[in-house]
Amino acid sequence: MLNLLRGMGHSLVDAVWKLGFICRFMGVLLAQSGQSLLRFRLVVREIYFAGVMSLVIIVVSGLFVGMVLGLQGYTTLARFGSADALGALVALSLLRELGPVLAALLFASRSGSAITAEIGLMKTTEQLDAMAVMAVNPIARVVAPRFWAGVLSMPILAAIFNVTGIFGGYFVGVSMIGLDEGTFWSQMQNAVDFHEDVLNGMIKSAVFGFAVSLIAVFEGFDARPTAEGVSSATTRTVVTSALVILALDFVLTAFMF
Amino acid sequence: MKRTTLDLWVGLFAALGCAALLFLALRAANLTTSVANEPYTLYAEFDNIGGLKVKAPVKMAGVVVGRVAGIELDRKSFRARATLVVDKSYTFSRDVSAEILTSGLLGEQYIGLMQGGDPDDLAENDTIKLTSSAMVLEQLIGKFMLNAAEKPSAPPAAE
Repeated sequence: MLNLLRGMGHSLVDAVWKLGFICRFMGVLLAQSGQSLLRFRLVVREIYFAGVMSLVIIVVSGLFVGMVLGLQGYTTLARFGSADALGALVALSLLRELGPVLAALLFASRSGSAITAEIGLMKTTEQLDAMAVMAVNPIARVVAPRFWAGVLSMPILAAIFNVTGIFGGYFVGVSMIGLDEGTFWSQMQNAVDFHEDVLNGMIKSAVFGFAVSLIAVFEGFDARPTAEGVSSATTRTVVTSALVILALDFVLTAFMF
Repeated sequence: MKRTTLDLWVGLFAALGCAALLFLALRAANLTTSVANEPYTLYAEFDNIGGLKVKAPVKMAGVVVGRVAGIELDRKSFRARATLVVDKSYTFSRDVSAEILTSGLLGEQYIGLMQGGDPDDLAENDTIKLTSSAMVLEQLIGKFMLNAAEKPSAPPAAE
């Protein structure tokens, strides 16, 4: 019984300690990132690996999510005799929820885990220590470019996800089921507001990008310098990111809409 | 990977992102109509606006000529005051009438305008005087019930 309490207390203290550590890490990261933003080439390189390489998975999953939305939405809406509203349904659910959230989840598992593994392995092979010895700040040189690349890529990926999703819904609704093309778009345009829906979705995805990138670089930097440590850090990145994305989504939605 | 190809890909990626945002703004959200056409503001006071919502269309003869930009309660007259943003290419006579209509049986409500005969046109920030309220289903049923209740007693009184 006492041991159980002790275990609970230990894990609680551990969690609070880690939260404090992640906040301090964020402070140092933001303070050091001026250098990496001046040498933008470093960030560009990381945008290529984090953003451009994620394009395929983002485009394909966006297309399929849109197509499934089209099919499911049509069967449900047709029951109420309002299949014309399919365009509005597809666009609103993508712009407000599915686009930012699914793109962030995919980004966390595709790029977040890669960033963690990369930084963790650099730590394991003592490359970070070697940099520090050469008076190169590893946070400014290695961590900050990856972090900013993630923050910048995420809204772009979410926007591309939304567009391909809308085209997926368009393909199913108009080309397969045979809804009227004009109604599809005009219903969408009537329902979607630029500030309310498009911009809020973009803000959401920027926040997710910030959170996912921070978790990814932190877990990599914090990994135990062993093969096992890197693998568990990679797992933690994906799990924590997914939970944080969904929790943040709830909070942001409650504030925005 | 060479630097230049890498830059090219990242540039393409950024351009694709901008294009996606542009598409969402123009095609999905239809940002153009509110920017391209110059609007002007009219007001209309109603006794009861029913279920009219902000952004509901303003139509004349079924053609959308503007949108409802705001709805508020007039503090003095206690009537509902709707702000209509109308396309500048349309002008209406001073005795234009506005009524709140419903599209379909259970569809959304909109404001329908009917052109009058006055040769002068409404200017910006003018108020439409001739209005008729929304049809509220409960009041309609109430009136119907009242009529139905009065009917049996009415013929004896006439005799």
